[in-house]
Amino acid sequence: MTALVQIQLTVNGTSHEAHVEPRTTLADFLRSQLALTGTHLGCEHGVCGICTILVDGRAVRSCLMLAVQADGSEIMTVEGLGGADGKLHPIQEAFIEEHGLQCGFCTPGFLIAIYELLKDNPSPDDAEILDVLGGQICRCTGYQSILRAVHSAAAKLGAAGA
Amino acid sequence: MKPAPFEYLAPTSVGEAIAALQEFDGEAKILAGGQSLMPMLNMRLARPGLVVDLRRVADLDYIDERGGRLAIGAMTTKRTVERSAAVQTGQPLLHAATVSIGHPQIRNRGTVGGSMAQADPAAEYPAMAVALQATLKVVGPGGERTLDAEDFFVTYLTTALEPGEVLTELNVPVFDTKNGWGFSEIARRHGDFAMAGAAVTLTLDDSGCCAEPRIALFGVGATPVRPRTTEDSIRGQRPSEALCQAAGKQVSEEIDEPLSDVHASADYRRNLAGVMARRALADAMRRLGADIASTA
Repeated sequence: MTALVQIQLTVNGTSHEAHVEPRTTLADFLRSQLALTGTHLGCEHGVCGICTILVDGRAVRSCLMLAVQADGSEIMTVEGLGGADGKLHPIQEAFIEEHGLQCGFCTPGFLIAIYELLKDNPSPDDAEILDVLGGQICRCTGYQSILRAVHSAAAKLGAAGA
Repeated sequence: MKPAPFEYLAPTSVGEAIAALQEFDGEAKILAGGQSLMPMLNMRLARPGLVVDLRRVADLDYIDERGGRLAIGAMTTKRTVERSAAVQTGQPLLHAATVSIGHPQIRNRGTVGGSMAQADPAAEYPAMAVALQATLKVVGPGGERTLDAEDFFVTYLTTALEPGEVLTELNVPVFDTKNGWGFSEIARRHGDFAMAGAAVTLTLDDSGCCAEPRIALFGVGATPVRPRTTEDSIRGQRPSEALCQAAGKQVSEEIDEPLSDVHASADYRRNLAGVMARRALADAMRRLGADIASTA
């Protein structure tokens, strides 16, 4: 085993200090060391998008980052999406209402990717949404219901912000 | 945890990175955005002794306009390039190549220098760099040198970078309305590596005929491929739909036997290379005012 490296990072508003092996991926660190198992792992080589999390405001594959690379970063996982009181985020509500999930395995990645999209672009058109959804793979829902959920979430967030 | 163990270093200067690369003498890998290296580590296709992470090296993340060219730092992400007004207005071929790479979630991390140094023959950036006559700044133990993109790509995943050298900057020309360009690629799924693609640049001479046509094909050889016979036969000709058709056919005939794999057979790639070149050339001519149907 190589020497452990000390890192400090903020995850869902909580600061953490930890020692990690350099080869530990950020996804494995979140799941194993911080017990944040909401971030799921699919292909582990950047293709499926299921492990997508927010690092310094940007949606990225947590399987394609080392935990040591996240030193000093601000991270949000699916656990940070809803309120502390257990209230679901409008994107999560829209997924339920529009049947944007079936088995739910890929859903954490979709939610985070869509969160970034709507933060940058509050009312995206179909093409802009599909550009982002193209980076996420779902094997059961079919993407039309997810597309509808994004439009619905955009409307909810727009109404809440107005 | 899938990668094999490695030592990790995050230097704060290029000099420190070079010293580490020299110390590990070919056993070290540079980590930029990680969108190619991390899959290779996860699958243990790469087992470096040392990973040198450039994230803390200051001053490698910039897009500067200098003397009619754009200088782009090696650690600049694709997302920054794609959103840069200087790139959108000044180098539209670079912009088109950038938004064709992967997905936004990949472009958020992937860097300009990473794509160049990875030198995947199916990737967009190497062909873009060859079409644009880009230059690359490289820093090593002996100092700095500048390489033409065409000399940088040696073969599959192999560049002219020496083991102790670090790529620090991509430099491309700024285009105006006199520069025609086209970019075309085809993949099985949106965001996948292309089965074949083409980047084209073109200008017209005083009589309105094609001058300096450059075609860089990707996905068909070990490096970006320039079909020079086709370029020669375009030069001096008046832009037309027929010229695009003929050029596309000639590209398919001219190129060496492409790779055959699970994604596409050699014959299919040969055909696609011609179609992609034809479309990109037609787009370049259209941007220079030629009346060519979009189906050309």
